[in-house]
Formats: sequence, structure tokens, C-alpha cells
Amino acid sequence: MSRLRTLVLLPLLASLGSCSMVVMNPSGDVAAQQRDLLVVSTALMLIVIIPVMALTIFFAWRYRQSNREARYEPDWDHSTHLELVIWAVPLLIIICLGAVTWMGTHLLDPYRPIGRVAAGKSLTPGARPLEVEVVALDWKWLFIYPEYGVAAINELAAPVDRPITFRITSASVMNSFYVPALAGQIYAMPGMETKLHAVINKSGDYEGFSANYSGAGFSGMRFAFHGLNDSDFQAWVAKAKDGGGKLDRSSYLELERPSENEPARRYASVQSDLYKAILNMCVEPGKMCMSEMTQIDAKGGLGLAGIYNTVPLLYDKFTRRGTVFGPAPSYVASICTTEQALAAATNAAQPALPTTFTPILGAGLQRPTPMSIRLPSRSATGAFRSPFNS
Amino acid sequence: MFDNPALLKAIFGRLTLESLPLHEPIVVATFVVVALGGIALVGALTYFRLWGYLWREWFTSVDHKRIGVMYMVLGIVMLLRGFSDAIMMRLQQAMAFGGSEGYLNSQHYDQIFTAHGVIMIFFVAMPLVTGLMNFVVPLQIGARDVSFPFLNNFSFWMTAGGAVIVMMSLFVGEFARTGWLAYPPLSGIGYSPDVGVDYYIWALQVAGVGTLLSGVNLVCTIVKMRAPGMTMMRMPIFTWTALCTNVLIVAAFPVLTAVLALLSLDRYVGTNFFTNDFGGNPMMYVNLIWIWGHPEVYILILPAFGIFSEVTSTFCGKRLFGYTSMVYATIVITILSYLVWLHHFFTMGSGASVNSFFGITTMIISIPTGAKIFNWLFTMYRGRIRFELPMMWTVAFMLTFTVGGMTGVLLAVPPADFVLHNSLFLVAHFHNVIIGGVLFGLFAGISYWFPKAFGFRLDPFWGKMSFWFWVVGFWFAFMPLYVLGLMGVTRRLRVFDDPSLHIWFIIAAFGAFLILLGIVSFLIQIFVSVRRREQLRDDTGDPWDGRTLEWATASPPPAYNFAFTPVIHDGDAWADMKQRGYRRPLTGFRDIHMPRNTGAGVILAGLSVVLAVALVWYIWWLAIVSFVALIGYAIAHTFNYDRDFHIASGDVTHVEDERTRLLAANTQAG
Repeated sequence: MSRLRTLVLLPLLASLGSCSMVVMNPSGDVAAQQRDLLVVSTALMLIVIIPVMALTIFFAWRYRQSNREARYEPDWDHSTHLELVIWAVPLLIIICLGAVTWMGTHLLDPYRPIGRVAAGKSLTPGARPLEVEVVALDWKWLFIYPEYGVAAINELAAPVDRPITFRITSASVMNSFYVPALAGQIYAMPGMETKLHAVINKSGDYEGFSANYSGAGFSGMRFAFHGLNDSDFQAWVAKAKDGGGKLDRSSYLELERPSENEPARRYASVQSDLYKAILNMCVEPGKMCMSEMTQIDAKGGLGLAGIYNTVPLLYDKFTRRGTVFGPAPSYVASICTTEQALAAATNAAQPALPTTFTPILGAGLQRPTPMSIRLPSRSATGAFRSPFNS
Repeated sequence: MFDNPALLKAIFGRLTLESLPLHEPIVVATFVVVALGGIALVGALTYFRLWGYLWREWFTSVDHKRIGVMYMVLGIVMLLRGFSDAIMMRLQQAMAFGGSEGYLNSQHYDQIFTAHGVIMIFFVAMPLVTGLMNFVVPLQIGARDVSFPFLNNFSFWMTAGGAVIVMMSLFVGEFARTGWLAYPPLSGIGYSPDVGVDYYIWALQVAGVGTLLSGVNLVCTIVKMRAPGMTMMRMPIFTWTALCTNVLIVAAFPVLTAVLALLSLDRYVGTNFFTNDFGGNPMMYVNLIWIWGHPEVYILILPAFGIFSEVTSTFCGKRLFGYTSMVYATIVITILSYLVWLHHFFTMGSGASVNSFFGITTMIISIPTGAKIFNWLFTMYRGRIRFELPMMWTVAFMLTFTVGGMTGVLLAVPPADFVLHNSLFLVAHFHNVIIGGVLFGLFAGISYWFPKAFGFRLDPFWGKMSFWFWVVGFWFAFMPLYVLGLMGVTRRLRVFDDPSLHIWFIIAAFGAFLILLGIVSFLIQIFVSVRRREQLRDDTGDPWDGRTLEWATASPPPAYNFAFTPVIHDGDAWADMKQRGYRRPLTGFRDIHMPRNTGAGVILAGLSVVLAVALVWYIWWLAIVSFVALIGYAIAHTFNYDRDFHIASGDVTHVEDERTRLLAANTQAG
């Protein structure tokens, strides 16, 4: 067994040096600190693990049946000293590891603005972090740069050594935003915002992807992350601005439709409140934003009338949003007063609800026709198979 | 008639000819093979006139030993299915490089990884664990049977019913494409409108009833039915772990039932528990499912720990070192397993203090677990170790599991988890503990208790073949995944770009192939052992010089287990009895009161399967009919008063005399 393990592990260890373990060798300070924590924890645990494995092999060999020289004490089953040691040693290690964990978790909390650019390199006072708004779509990533008014699909760029603040949400299902070279991941969830603070220290092209399975096109949900020096980043922004294309609500609704293996592309301008509308699930005209709803609720809500006020809140309950399937969008304008709400509710209640609510009697929820999203075939899209590797 | 869509819909719900996956050649081929195998099996059973025997002696049996064996058979059959899924995934990931799409489309591949997880946990590990507990626990505590023998039979058939539903999804319709825990919104009606998630829900609900009831049953059995003199602190360690596991089952499985019920309400009647809009919150689902899900992994591993304790102590010829601390370690793990669920989603944005709390509680679990490892280690110390197969599995476990434990603690450090969450490192970690812990434990348990169940040992040669293929295969299959995880590769990907990853996937596929050989060797082992059963026979009932009560009776044990309930004076009851020169009573047998077999379990579970399938396909009339039948039959069965019988003292005497004769012959021969 033991010999075998060495045989298996040696070539692996040898080849580890040659392969690119991005997690162990990242280019961003946050990821590097996370890597350090990984190494420290492993080292701490090896204090117990190695003796245990060695003792296992040693005892197994030493006390084998054929070895008549080894002592045999069939009734020896207790030793307070030993028990003390075998509980205390792991306990001490866990106390150390627990302390490291507590500190590390707080220092590397993705919500916490970063405190340094790199080891021994402090932040430039007064420098504003780069804001990036991230939206996970089915199945591609949308990055909006509010500071520059540009946006990109499946392509992310950031200047080296400038802190980045990501605000992350999703349009449909859970994803996880992860650039291993930059920083740890965080979930992207619809109607919710998560944050991530990070910085990239080396220029270069890195890979980012969704780290949480999100459906058929999940494998292709990757993007290039470019770490650029300042002038290159400015050039990147300028190129995006020159490239044309406008991302407004209607083109976003178009973009939101499920698609796979999207090539990287950029938008020269972005409607300013688009991200807020996506986050609040009200890009579609006539939808009530969650923020509006919470405001209404904070003021006491709409009372009984509120329970009729459902159509403006309908987002993706019955069907995949933005697909050609499912019901045509139907809505009432947002509601401000009780009278209007009542009027709107009476109007809305009758015709346009997408579904019959008689599941027990009939066929349950009406479901969209079978999901056969027309996908571009792989060969046709060969040109963008790996937009960032080539 | 057939051109009336409304009528067809009323009769068949959403089940149409298009629901059959005829467009998937792989599934069609599988179906042909399974169908031919099934026809051959049915034909053979009919030809050899075995149906009556199977029905009377096995399917309707309320004997915990037979039910235990049936659980094991179910687990092994489902292992073949779950492993087919695994090797298909490994092949796909090894092939889908350099612009190749592999051989599976996403529709199929996504079902496979979902089915693999669901099957391996619910229909392989759970039945095998439950089966061993069912078989061993009553014997270890000197009981005639479990507390509720009929319930036991019913539990088994509900578990089998769940397995039937999962298997059916392969050939009629499809399985979920959501990952094994079916997180909404992806598993909601909007994003998974097809039958897959419904199959998932109802398979788990039906099987969950079985698991929960079997948990209640075993807790009752252990608490109430121990032989006189067996105080809690004289219980064998395996029984202790079984008790803790079943307490976990009783406390955790209702949460799963509830969360799946909420999800089905969302899907069937349009409620908003986990939807994006209308105030629903998918994060609640993630929390709830892991409040069940984390205890679940301890439900699996604790009995494996128990098996290793029994095996180590037996094959080292020594009392277990630190019995008391072992018991407390088990109890501590039981309690702590409820305080760690959030470590499955540090990345959901809980905030640093919450994350640290759950990270540290997770690490704390490694202390009692570590203590257990040390206890096995010091049981080996100054022992006289016989390296029979169960002990080999144990040593392999100790070496493999420590690595898995270490990577587990690593993943419990939230910042480290941010870079490794959902990666292949994680996949490698949980396979490391589930294969290296649970599965190795189950194999140790199977080879340890097989002679007790059938009266002959398993063939050691093929057992060793299986052992080496499994252990080496495991290292080949999963060490590359650790590396890939560190290279930033996430799980559930279907195609890859980066050619530098390729070699690792090929090594992993090679490992999976070795494991395949391990499984084949295991099947050959069983086949060969049955063929050679006369050479491998053990008449003593105690082939390993065992230490606990199950070895005190014959192999296979008579239906009543013990002619006289033994009286316990010490921890290792049977070792103590042997040491003090225990003499088996030879006369004075009395009638023994026993539960009578019943087909009610099969019928109730069958109706449940029909109900589940009707709900999956929206066949409302059938759902109503089967539900009414289910309730009606359950009520009717309560009026069945013919539930017990007595084994006449003459029959007992006959059986015991036969054993006396065998033992005498054995002593002479020996």
C-alpha cells in the first residue's frame, strides 16, 4: 500500500511543477492571500496527518500476525495519558487553525474593500477603485463599466494595481463569478447583489467562468479577463467606445435570451440605470422594481389592494424570461396610489395572466413548449471557440 | 379516439410517445441491454419456479436479516447504474478536448451527473448502510428482530420504490438536469419545465419515507430491545454508531421531505417559496437542503466508523482502545453535524462572522474524528493483526480517509473555499471521504459479515483483486481531480479548451477504469464464492474469532436469532462469554413468538410508485385512484390481526440440535 502510494504520488508531484496551477500561483493579491492561507492550513494539518499515516503503516507492519516478537496485549484498551494526547493535539491545532480562519475570513471577506495593492504595496490615497457591474446571463457574462459608460460580453478588463469593486447579480439562475487568477468566487443570484473586491497585480490574459452549474450552456460560460497596464486599459476603453453598439433596455432584453458560447464583444454606451433595473428585476417596461416595492411596503404597503398587484411583479415565475416561448409580456404601469392600484388591479386581473391556476383539475401549470433552444452549431461558431486563448 | 388530444391528455397527462428518449442512441442501447437482461432474469426465475419462493421467503419477509440482505442487493445493483454514469462522465471529460464535443450532448450529460449523485447517495450508500445496520444491529444486541418488523419490510420496499422511479426516468422521459441537490431557480418550473425534476422529487420523497421509518425502527430497536445486561456503555461500537446515525436520520430526513414538498408546491401549484419574484428566496432552499445534507454525510460515515471499529478490534485480537472516548466522539459528531451546514455555501455572501463560525465548527468536527483514527491506531498497537480482507480495507481506509479529512478541513477555511468551492478539488475531496470512508467501510463490512449471513466466507483471491483495483483505481481517479481543482477547473463542465488539462482527465478516466475492474472483481468474487461455498463454509458461526454477540449464533442465524436471549456481563459480550467458558444451552427450548410475513409492504410501496409516476406525468385520475388505494389499503391492513405465530419448541430443538452436531463435527475435524 505504502509503496504503491509513493509510486502514484511521485510522478504526480514531478509533473505538478510543470503544470499551471493557477490557484497556487495567482496574479491578484486577494487570490495570493487565499493561496497563502491554503498553504498554512495544509502545513498545520500535516503536523497530525503525517504521523498518523506513518504510524498506520508502521503499526500495520509491526503488529502483523506473523511477527511473534511484537508484544501482544489483548486487554490493553485504555490509557488516560494517550487519550489526553490524542484529543489535545488535534484540539491545539484546530485552535491555531481557528484563529487563522477567523482572521483570514474577516480580512479576505469579499465585501471588505481591499487594504493594499500587494504585499508591501499600499493603496494610492484618493484613488478610486474601478467599478464593474457583473450580470450572469444564460449563458454569458455581461460586464458594465459605469465610470466609462461601456459594457462588454464575455470580456473583462482591468488596469493593473487598481482596486476593482465588482457588484454581481444574475438575470435568471444562480451562477458563481470566478476568476481564479484574481480572487475567490462569489455567487451571482437573481434579484440580489453580491460584492467582490479584488486587484490584479500582473498584466496578462486570464480565464474567468461560472463556477456554479446553471443549465445547458454552462460549459461555454467563460470569459477572458485582461489585466492591462493603464495606457492599454485606456486604449481598451477607447476601442470599446469606438466600436459602436448601445446597450439599452430593449437591446438588453434581446441579449438576455439564452444563448451559448457567445463571442466576446463590447458596447460603446450603456443606459445608465440598466444595472439597477436588472438587479431590481424591472428591465421590462411596466415591471415594478423591487426597490419601489420595498419602498411602498415601508410606507405601509398597498393594503388589500396590494394582493391584486401581481402582474408588475411577475418576473420569471412561469417561463424562462426573454425566450421566444411563454406568454407575451403583459403588465400594468407602476402603481402609486390606492385608487390607481385598485383600478389597475381590476384591469389586470382579468385577461393577461399567463397561466391557468387550476392545476389540480387540469394539466397543472401550463408549461412552455419543449425547450429546444436553437443553438449555433459548434462548427459554425468555431471562430469563437476560445476567444481568449488564441 | 387517438386523434383527440384532449382525451389523450386526460388519460396520459403529459406522457406522449415523444417522451421516450428514442433520439438518444445511448439510452436506446442501454434500454435494449437492460430489457434483454430483465427478460432473461424473469425467464430464469419462471423456468426455475422461483417466484413463489422469492415472494414467500424474501419479498414478504419481515425477518431483519433477509431485509438487510435485500437492501444490500438493491445497493449493489444500483451501484452498477451509478458507476455507469460515473464512467460515462469520465469518458466525456477525457474526450471533450480540442474542439471536440465529446460524445454526450448537454441534455444527456447534465442528466448523468445529476443521476450519478442522486443514485450514489440515496440508492447505493443509503441502502448498503441501512442494510448492514438492519442485518447486524439486532444480532449485536441479542434481539429476535427489530421493534417493528412489518415497518422494516415496508421501509425497504419504499426505498426500492424510489430506486424504481429513478430507473424509470432513464427510459421514460428524463431525469433532472440540475445537479444532485436541484437548487432553484434552476429546478423551478420556469427553468426546468420538464419531468426531470419531478422524477427527482418523487423518487426522493418515496425513498425518504422508507429511510425515515427505518430510522425510527432502528432507534426503537436499539433503545428498547437490548439483551439483559447490555447497558448503553456495553453496546458494541457498531450499534452505537447505528444509534447515532438513526437519530440523525430521524432528525434530518423530515427537513428533506419538507424542502422537497415546498419545491413541489412551487412547481405544481404555483407557490413562491423559492422563486425569484413574488418574495420567494432560493437561498432558503439552499439552507434547508444542506441542513439535511450535511447530517446526511454523517449518516453515511458513522456506521462505516462503526464497522472499522469492529473490524479493527476483531482482527487485532484486542479490545477496542478507548471505547468510552469512541462513544463520546460519535455523539459529539452527531451533535456537531447540525452546526456546520453553511460551509457548503460560504460563497453565497453570508458575511465574515457567519462564515468563520461555520468554518470553525466544521474544523471542530475533525477533533473527534481524529480521536477515532487514533483509537483505531492504538487498537492496532500491541495487537496481533490478521490481514484478512476486512482489515485490509480498514488500513486502506485509514490511509485514504486522512487525506480526505485534511482536504475537508482545508475547504472549511472560508477564504480557501472561495478559491476551491465547486471545483474538482471539492469533487475529489468528497469522493475521497465517501469512497475512502463509506465505501471502503461497506466493503469491509460486507466481507466481514458475509459469512454470518450465508454461512460461507467470500473468496479471498477475488476479494483481494477487487481491493487492489478499488484502492489503486481510487487514487488514480481522484488525485488528478485535486490537481485539476488547483488548476482552477470547476465541476460539471462538459467541454474544455485548455489542452494542458487533458492528461489529468485521461489519468482520471484510467482510474475509473481500474475501479470498473474492482467492481467486476467484486461480482466475480460473489459468483466464485457461491460456486466454492462448500470449501469456504464455516460451521462454527464464528469464523473470525469475533467479539460481539452476532458471532454467538449460527451462520446463517436461525429465524429467531437466539434460542435463549443471552445475558450480557461485559462490553465485548461474545469475547467475554468465550473467555469465561460459555456453554451453549442444549435443552429446555420453548416456543418462540415471531412476526408473520406480509405482502402489505410490497403493495403499499407499489401503490406509492404508481402515485409518484402519476404525479410526475400529471395523470391526475391515476394519482387520485392510487392515492385512495394507498390510504384504503393501509387502513385495511390495520384490520389484519393475523400477524404473529409461534415457532414450536420442537422445531427450535431440531434446529439447535443440528447446530450442536455441526459444532461437534467441526471440533473433531479441527
